[in-house]
Amino acid sequence: MKINERFYPLLATLAVLALLYGYGIFEHRAFSDTYVLGALLTDNAFLIITAVGMTFVILSGGIDLSVGSMIAFVGVLMAELVTGFGMHPVLAAVISIIIGSAFGALMGVIIAKFDIQPFIITLAGMFFLRGMCFLINLDSVPIDHAFVSEFSGFQIPLPGRGWLTASAVLMLLTVVGGIIIAHYTRFGRNVYAIGGDRQSAQLLGTPVDATIIRVYALSGFFSALSGVVFAFYTASAYPLAAVGVELDAIAAVVIGGTLLTGGMGFVIGTFFGGIIMGVIQTLIAFDGSLNSWWTKIMIGALLFGFIVLQRLITRSFSGMRAGAT
Amino acid sequence: MAQTSQPENSGKTVLSVRGAGKFFPGVKALQNVDFDLQEGEIHALLGENGAGKSTLIKVITGVHPRDAGSVTLNGQEIHPNHPGDAQALGISTVFQEVNLIPTLSVAENLMLERQTRKFGLIAWKKTDEDAKAALEILGLDIDIHRPLGSYSVAIQQLVAIARAVALDARVLILDEPTASLDAEEIKTLFAIMRDLKAKGLGIVFVTHFLDQVYAVTDRITVLRNGELVGTFVTKDLPQIDLINHMLGHELAEVSSHRHQDEGNYTGPKRQIQVKNLGKKRVLEPVSLDLQAGEIVGLAGLLGSGRTELSELIFGTQKADSGLVFMDGEPVMLRSPRHAIRAGFGLCPEDRKQDGIVAELSVRENIMLALQGRRGWLRPIPRNEQQKLADDMIKALGIATPDSEKPVGQLSGGNQQKVILARWLVSKPLLLILDEPTRGIDVGAHADIIKLIKELCDEGLALLVASSELDEIVAFADRVAVMRDREKVSELTGAEITQENIIEAIAR
Repeated sequence: MKINERFYPLLATLAVLALLYGYGIFEHRAFSDTYVLGALLTDNAFLIITAVGMTFVILSGGIDLSVGSMIAFVGVLMAELVTGFGMHPVLAAVISIIIGSAFGALMGVIIAKFDIQPFIITLAGMFFLRGMCFLINLDSVPIDHAFVSEFSGFQIPLPGRGWLTASAVLMLLTVVGGIIIAHYTRFGRNVYAIGGDRQSAQLLGTPVDATIIRVYALSGFFSALSGVVFAFYTASAYPLAAVGVELDAIAAVVIGGTLLTGGMGFVIGTFFGGIIMGVIQTLIAFDGSLNSWWTKIMIGALLFGFIVLQRLITRSFSGMRAGAT
Repeated sequence: MAQTSQPENSGKTVLSVRGAGKFFPGVKALQNVDFDLQEGEIHALLGENGAGKSTLIKVITGVHPRDAGSVTLNGQEIHPNHPGDAQALGISTVFQEVNLIPTLSVAENLMLERQTRKFGLIAWKKTDEDAKAALEILGLDIDIHRPLGSYSVAIQQLVAIARAVALDARVLILDEPTASLDAEEIKTLFAIMRDLKAKGLGIVFVTHFLDQVYAVTDRITVLRNGELVGTFVTKDLPQIDLINHMLGHELAEVSSHRHQDEGNYTGPKRQIQVKNLGKKRVLEPVSLDLQAGEIVGLAGLLGSGRTELSELIFGTQKADSGLVFMDGEPVMLRSPRHAIRAGFGLCPEDRKQDGIVAELSVRENIMLALQGRRGWLRPIPRNEQQKLADDMIKALGIATPDSEKPVGQLSGGNQQKVILARWLVSKPLLLILDEPTRGIDVGAHADIIKLIKELCDEGLALLVASSELDEIVAFADRVAVMRDREKVSELTGAEITQENIIEAIAR
């Protein structure tokens, strides 16, 4: 049976992951230990959670540059609520996530109703949220609470020396949730449709505006959740945290095989994309002699490769509108 | 005026349009049109570009709200606001361009927004079964999980029809569905259409291939200039009469015939020769002579190669055979820029898209060609621009408060005059006009025709493509008749009559 074209990028992602992981195990015996896997899942948790939201945005044919600032903003806000107002961290997290989703929805409304480039609106959102961080707090502050220590202490042992942290568990749940939304709801399928061809989607009866608003609300939700995880994970808040994470998230989505122009891709691919970026970082750390900037070089090269691959796949499609390729 | 015929096995009328009107600023796109569709009939909707076919469809399907008249479906008046509304009411439309999502699978395209859900989540097994069932109606057996874009345009077209039919449609509108299909695929489509007709669907079939009309339709409605010409039973209407209905016209204001001997131009006769100009799959090689002070008409139905010939001469499309000679010297026509340098001008058919730059002022639009010819390194001084623009506004009677008004805000007729002015200031040798009077109201219509004649007297060579036969007969010295992307005949002098042109097209 012929393999469905839609799976080609995902297969490429898996091949790259297997290659990199295989190389790691071959070069460094310790790489095969579940300790490395657990650390990968934990260290990249906030990135992958953000990237799951970004996957929906990119699938819809848009982009969200505000997610990095959102992570920092949520951290600073949580620190203020927990330390300043003495609020329980869980309540503070819920409030932060509601605010984050609402902010995303607001950007979505502007993008959909005024038909403005998402790039420019979310760029404004990025500056706005980063500025808001400094309005609340100028310095790095710790988030002190018994619950936060409990969160960081939580572990599920894995076979071998590794374990799953609370961050990793939350991240895995997020990925499962993302898969369900993307593949088992009409909203999810409409996101794919709009990204594939917005004009046709409209003619097919898809509620385009409502879907776009929900996409950015969802991205706001996931990036705020990521901010919560990041704050718990570091037990501190810093207005300059997560600078450039929006670009890492976009890279994870593209390396995960999602079409940068929208319409094709998988949430699970984004998970693997995020892990690939983590593996590259770990490999360079293991090597010890390489400058950490090699991470960027490797990721840059991978991005090039994936974008060319996408181009080759979409070019074989007939009837693709000029704007959709 | 308008004639109406009922088929003998007169079924129940499913869709009825009465007195439909749609007006755009400066253009009557649709005026007082009646249209009836019966259950179990295939009804052709015919007319040249701008006749109002697509406007009528857009009014029926709710893309445009109608400005006048009524649309009733099964006796109920309907007011759809968008195609989704119309679809919910039972009117499905398949557009010429496939309006599906190439990146989604076939099944998802068929079931988008119609997926079966259990506990709020999509039940894919049932949804896929429904998709398969929808394709079975058309006898289409393809892998529904592959992306739609990986199939040929023909299959995509059929999937679009399957989606349209799956929704308990009572009325199916096919807008030029055969444009991208080959002969074998068209046969399949026709078989499917007959099958759906037998199931009681009313089908509206828009096409410009007359043989297809005779192959598959029961009745024909012809529109022209946004008005109803008539509804006819297909088998009782000879093709020559049909063409007459589509192109012919009772001569109105513009009736003064003008033939070579009447030409007032006495200057040097520059010769422009088109020799075997052609392009694969676009135009069979065409030869045509033009000379200064002469108007050559280009007649033919939509899709006959009129526009294509204009574009090849102007270099918009690159010819792969043949040459154009000016006084015996070959002219390089690799791009419109070369053509402009050689002294050619083109007023394109789609004025809004290819002609004007809507945001620029009247003056700036008029300067474009002259400036292009001089090159950007030698800008035209502002006061010279002003003088040229003001002269043109006066000479052509362009209705605008001043030369700085954005062209997009003028009426269609005045936009056309601005485009003419643009070429006139650059003093071309050959001016090609593609449908110069399309969508222009009657007053401006006569102005433009008058202008064309005056230009000719000043020594321009003019090539005018038009679907208005009365127009061509009124001003042309010679007429080249096109059919099926080929020049089939050339008429001169007293031979130029509507009857002869129609005969040449139908033959």
